[in-house]
Amino acid sequence: MRLTRRDALALGLGATAASFLPLRAVASAEEAIAAFTGGVEPAEGGVTLNAPEIAENGNTVPVSVEAPGATAIILIATGNPQPGVATFNFGPLAGAQSAATRIRLAGTQEVIAIAKMADGGFARASRVVKVTIGGCGG
Amino acid sequence: MAKDVKPRVKVPKTAAAGEVITIKTLISHKMESGNRKDSNGNRIPRSIINRFTCDFNGQNVIDVEMQPAISTNPFFEFQAKVPESGEFKFTWYDDNGSIYEATRAITVS
Amino acid sequence: MRTVTTLLAASALLLGAGAAVADDHDRIEIDGVVLTLRAPAPAYLENMDEVMSGWLFRSEETQALQLDDFDNPAFVFLDQAMDDWSRVEGSEGKSCASCHEDLSGFAGLKTVLPRVVDGGLQTMEDIINAERVNRMGAEPLKYDSAAMNRMVALIGLQSRGMPMNVAVDGDAAPFWEQGRELYYTRVGQLDMACANCHEDNYGNMIRADRLSQGQINGFPVYRLKNAKLNSVHGRFKGCMKNIRATPYKPGSEEFKALELYVASRGNGLSVETPSVRN
Repeated sequence: MRLTRRDALALGLGATAASFLPLRAVASAEEAIAAFTGGVEPAEGGVTLNAPEIAENGNTVPVSVEAPGATAIILIATGNPQPGVATFNFGPLAGAQSAATRIRLAGTQEVIAIAKMADGGFARASRVVKVTIGGCGG
Repeated sequence: MAKDVKPRVKVPKTAAAGEVITIKTLISHKMESGNRKDSNGNRIPRSIINRFTCDFNGQNVIDVEMQPAISTNPFFEFQAKVPESGEFKFTWYDDNGSIYEATRAITVS
Repeated sequence: MRTVTTLLAASALLLGAGAAVADDHDRIEIDGVVLTLRAPAPAYLENMDEVMSGWLFRSEETQALQLDDFDNPAFVFLDQAMDDWSRVEGSEGKSCASCHEDLSGFAGLKTVLPRVVDGGLQTMEDIINAERVNRMGAEPLKYDSAAMNRMVALIGLQSRGMPMNVAVDGDAAPFWEQGRELYYTRVGQLDMACANCHEDNYGNMIRADRLSQGQINGFPVYRLKNAKLNSVHGRFKGCMKNIRATPYKPGSEEFKALELYVASRGNGLSVETPSVRN
């Protein structure tokens, strides 16, 4: 059998990919959310979550959250070994209930933001972020 | 770790009274997640910055609880209200007990 | 085998759909400095009409990180390099700052490196180590070490926005020819040359990653993959490992010649140091 360069390339890289299968969380995302909300069912809307549809590298994925009137926003990565990412608590001098950061995603997964509103309610937003495994690690 | 940790903060030097300004912070830190193994198969212990706070003249702007999913060299961008002239204080709390601080003065004109 | 190939090709297409090469940029501005992202290919590049910055091949989010020096994480390392710059080391009791009043004197230096000095190729790393050893009486820094890469980046930054312009003729000609030879020679288990990816296939997907022209005008580069500054020779080494070849050593004559040749392929592009890539 004659290998073309393209076949050989695909084969070699396929083997690399197989050795990097991401760890998956054991469904503790729900627990993290419940700990934050105390079991209150969050409403859809009222919180905005911005994240890229496709992340070029899961090591550094820019995300931002905003929820006018919130006292805190929790960020959850459902497919990470530990789903908790960060909790933003807004103080009296917060100019807006918003924050941006850069996060690690272990693979393609749903990212969730839940805001705790000043009136005791909760708001929820989610985005699926596709994480690509790069062609050339180097 | 501590000797390589270097905070960077970006705050305007002046603002109008009550103005909302954008602040950016970045600190050099590996954020070792605790999920990785070394070449011998031993787990590398977690070593991250687990909390970041920003206060202005003693009042809180933002207080962030951080998990290992925050990227290496943690970056934050957020908004702060500036009621009067004073000083922003930024504090990062390391798992190893170290505390890194930076301050920036701002003048309300 | 066939199945593997098809599956990978399909997933590459799927993931690639949202990340086309940005066509709408010829230049970007960072901190008031304009960077040229496309330039006519130098005459000696027979197979290409235009040379393009690697920035153009990246996603919008990655591109954005380079547009503001505060958002660019490379600058935490440049801060460390500034500390190194004024730290006294070695037997002569000197720091870099003892002799060099300010860094702006290095504007333009990166655009002409590597260059021939005393019959051999000289890189930025060589200059830094020669100064450390001869003037400071200090230990040389290890090629491709964190301390070396951040100093190379700090001095490279002084040329940001200036066009790359390495010499390819005269004394440089034999080294350039050697580099060219290395660029087009297939090596390793996958039997590939630099040109197979970065000349024949730039703009195409290699699995989920878009191949660039492999330009080095933005080096040292902050990579999201490893969250640190990466040197030119470190990247060459990584590429060679990817094609299952035995890499040359960072600082080797082979890599210096290849660096000259690859730098010449970007003559006309602006220095982008420190760039941000995936």
